[in-house]
Amino acid sequence: MIRFRPFLFAALMLLSGHAAAEKFTIAAAADLKFAMDEIIARYKQDHPADMPQVIYGSSGKFHTQIQHNAPYDLYFSADIAYPRQLEQAGFAASPVRPYALGRIVLWSASIDASKLTLASLSAPAIRRVAIANPRHAPYGKRAEEALRASGLWAKVEPKLVYGENIAHAAQFVQTGNAQIGIIALALALNPVLSRQGGYWLIPDTLHEPLEQGFIVTRRARDNAAAHRFADYMGSAAARAVMAKYGFVLPGEAGKTR
Amino acid sequence: MMLSPGDWQAVVLTLELAAIVTLILFVLGTPIAWWLARTHSKWKAPIGAVVALPLVLPPSVLGFYLLLTMGPNGWVGQFTNAIGIGLLPFTFWGLVVASVFYSLPFMVQPLQTAFESLGERTLEAAATLRASPLDRFFSVAAPIALPGFMTAGILSFAHTVGEFGVVLMIGGNIPGETRVASVQIFDHVEALQYGEAHDLAAVLLVFSFLVLLLLYTWRPKALRL
Repeated sequence: MIRFRPFLFAALMLLSGHAAAEKFTIAAAADLKFAMDEIIARYKQDHPADMPQVIYGSSGKFHTQIQHNAPYDLYFSADIAYPRQLEQAGFAASPVRPYALGRIVLWSASIDASKLTLASLSAPAIRRVAIANPRHAPYGKRAEEALRASGLWAKVEPKLVYGENIAHAAQFVQTGNAQIGIIALALALNPVLSRQGGYWLIPDTLHEPLEQGFIVTRRARDNAAAHRFADYMGSAAARAVMAKYGFVLPGEAGKTR
Repeated sequence: MMLSPGDWQAVVLTLELAAIVTLILFVLGTPIAWWLARTHSKWKAPIGAVVALPLVLPPSVLGFYLLLTMGPNGWVGQFTNAIGIGLLPFTFWGLVVASVFYSLPFMVQPLQTAFESLGERTLEAAATLRASPLDRFFSVAAPIALPGFMTAGILSFAHTVGEFGVVLMIGGNIPGETRVASVQIFDHVEALQYGEAHDLAAVLLVFSFLVLLLLYTWRPKALRL
């Protein structure tokens, strides 16, 4: 133990040095996995002193956790209703800002889904269809709405498997355990997934809009870096990344890919 | 306290899973434990270590490997597809297979301890009375090791009931098929339905306590493996 003391001391110095830098934690909906990674990488180049870290998961889970004082400084939800609820309950240190409209797609790793439609899901050859859990994942809710609006729910429901969040559902499809899934366009456009299969954009007339919003949380009200990052989301650089991943941006509604 | 039909379904499914897994583990675990208790082979340590792996491995590691090997591109998946039973992920029997791996040490270790404490002399005495090896096991060893079997069975059953991470990764959360009680609670919490989560969580808490109370009352040293 004694031998390690100088090392430990150095490590502690290093850690405390980092603590002086501006650190903040982002809780982001799983559909942002690739877009947010890229935005953060660019943000770090522009703001080398800031140290963002990001956690991806289901919007509903983060909503619960923030109500129980989870250490998240920014919360990006796939459903703007969650941050609105938090704002009303006094958990926000910023107004709720819409940042994107999400889209859902049919995606498969083994079939070219661009040649399919929702009706193809009722074919007997399709045995498992992955969606996010509609009870708490916004993308799952929209998937259910689209299936119901197409009159396919009764036929497709017995084939459904539920991911904990939209990335989990995409992973079921990517490993081939479900032949097809309804996932976020943003995930289908990432380099790994877009190399396989193909996707079919589900018409947004079949479901409620996936309006996405974020807040700076109450615990971060004095965290300058967290507010800096919030502002950065409106920058041309961040918007370019979001657009690349298929998000429709606020102020550009109506424009579809 | 009222459980909804969905919650009851999850509870019944959990108990079915645990019962089937425990039965399979009795059949699989007994010879493994017997061999580990009696062998002087150089393979004793490596095999013992493999059996104990689930004690220390994160369930996500097991879930990840199982998802890949049982999937359409994995060798288990290709085998199950070839013999016509389809793919195991997202099925009840997929959970059974995963749980057998996951709870294996909870069956093998108490049995191994019980078999080791039998001593060579009892079995040698039986052998001098011309009891066949199988007879020696069923007429002499098994009755003496009965408390070990009880402990192993209860622990395997309870550990399977408490499974969560593996099920989340390979289950797909299908009602009546793979949506077990622990996953159902997780869903209630994420959907902000704390009332339902409380009811089901209380059922599992009371159940787990009663199982352990039974075990400790009956065998105070049962869990000191």
